[in-house]
Amino acid sequence: MFFKLNTSIGQPFYVQLMQQIRHAAESGALQDGDQLPGIRTLAEELVVSPNTVARAYSELEHEGLLELRQGSGAFLTIKRRARGLTERVQAASRKVEDLIEELHQEGLQDNEIWRLFETALFHRAEIGAE
Amino acid sequence: MNPTPVIETIGLSKTYGKTDAVSGLNLRVMPNCITAFLGLNGAGKTTTIKMLLGMIRPSGGEARVLGRQIDSSDESVELRRSVAYVSESQRLYDYMTVAQIIRFTRSFYPAWCADTEKTLLRMYELPPNRKIKSLSKGMRRKLALLLAFARKPDLLILDEPSDGLDPVGIEQLLETLVSQCSTGTSIFFSSHQIAEVERVADRVCMIHKGRLVMDASLDEVRESYRQIDLVFNALPDEYELRMPGVERIESRGHQVRMIVSANAESVIERARAYYPSSTEVSPIGLREIFLDRVKEN
Repeated sequence: MFFKLNTSIGQPFYVQLMQQIRHAAESGALQDGDQLPGIRTLAEELVVSPNTVARAYSELEHEGLLELRQGSGAFLTIKRRARGLTERVQAASRKVEDLIEELHQEGLQDNEIWRLFETALFHRAEIGAE
Repeated sequence: MNPTPVIETIGLSKTYGKTDAVSGLNLRVMPNCITAFLGLNGAGKTTTIKMLLGMIRPSGGEARVLGRQIDSSDESVELRRSVAYVSESQRLYDYMTVAQIIRFTRSFYPAWCADTEKTLLRMYELPPNRKIKSLSKGMRRKLALLLAFARKPDLLILDEPSDGLDPVGIEQLLETLVSQCSTGTSIFFSSHQIAEVERVADRVCMIHKGRLVMDASLDEVRESYRQIDLVFNALPDEYELRMPGVERIESRGHQVRMIVSANAESVIERARAYYPSSTEVSPIGLREIFLDRVKEN
């Protein structure tokens, strides 16, 4: 893959590398199992300190996006991860709105719906459900 | 996690007559890093480096290189084996050919790396059978670099290594610095070229008029150094805006320009209390910081 480092955007090089690798993984430019160049090779290519590349790789390894194998470089590990939290919250919020709409049509008032939700959640907490 | 510095100076000073070439320098250079020593011509870079190598005697203070006291003569031989040095005034044996001096130098260093020798000979396009006295300045520089790099030293000290090199030569030099660092050599190089420092260095130590004016990692610089431009109807007192991280405040009419090395957010928060009609924050490069430090001192 191609990298581009910018000295004038006020962002450490290792952060720029991490973002570009993440973006390549999201856009499909990099796929599961793809190999990235070794630390030394990439540092020489970009003419940046090897510590910069090492830091980007090790933080991405920590995030679970890269797997570093001794001597053979870095491999992408894109798993079917759970959808992002924001996405899930948005979907849930749509479901809740639909439900409220439906209950309105059945003649329930906001305060009654509110109590129903509260009671249901309270009940779940009481019985120790998740 | 605090590794021993490869270079450590405490109050290192050098006086020539009444001139302080270097004064009270406290330097810490960490291992496995590329550290740039940035300063204008005549800022004290070469004097510092020569003291570190035991080539001139300090007027005051002390220094350790690879954990060894620099002025102890028993240790200086050991030190010279593990530290390689390239300077602008390097003397090479003029009567030898390129191949001869390589063979000659190799015989002193058991850790000599034949691979590096071969790679650099090719990359630098050095003619093996040419006599050193008939090499151009740039070629001599490249030869000196090859001899230093192929030794696989623990510490490389380079005084203005890019001087006399053309843009391609500089690029090759920086690439070689990177590959040396990735095989475990610590690098300390002086330069007045901000662009090369900004690209390749992990840390930068800035010296001006013999004094250390900045010591920071480039990541820190990119992450935390900001210029904040504010416009006020009623200008607050400068004193009100002074807080940790503020390096400089300048005002012109209704405008205030601040350079901060940290805490940009709290500085802006503080400024908000004075109702600025405009607030602008922008990253600031090594070049502006350097010029600012030079101006200030």
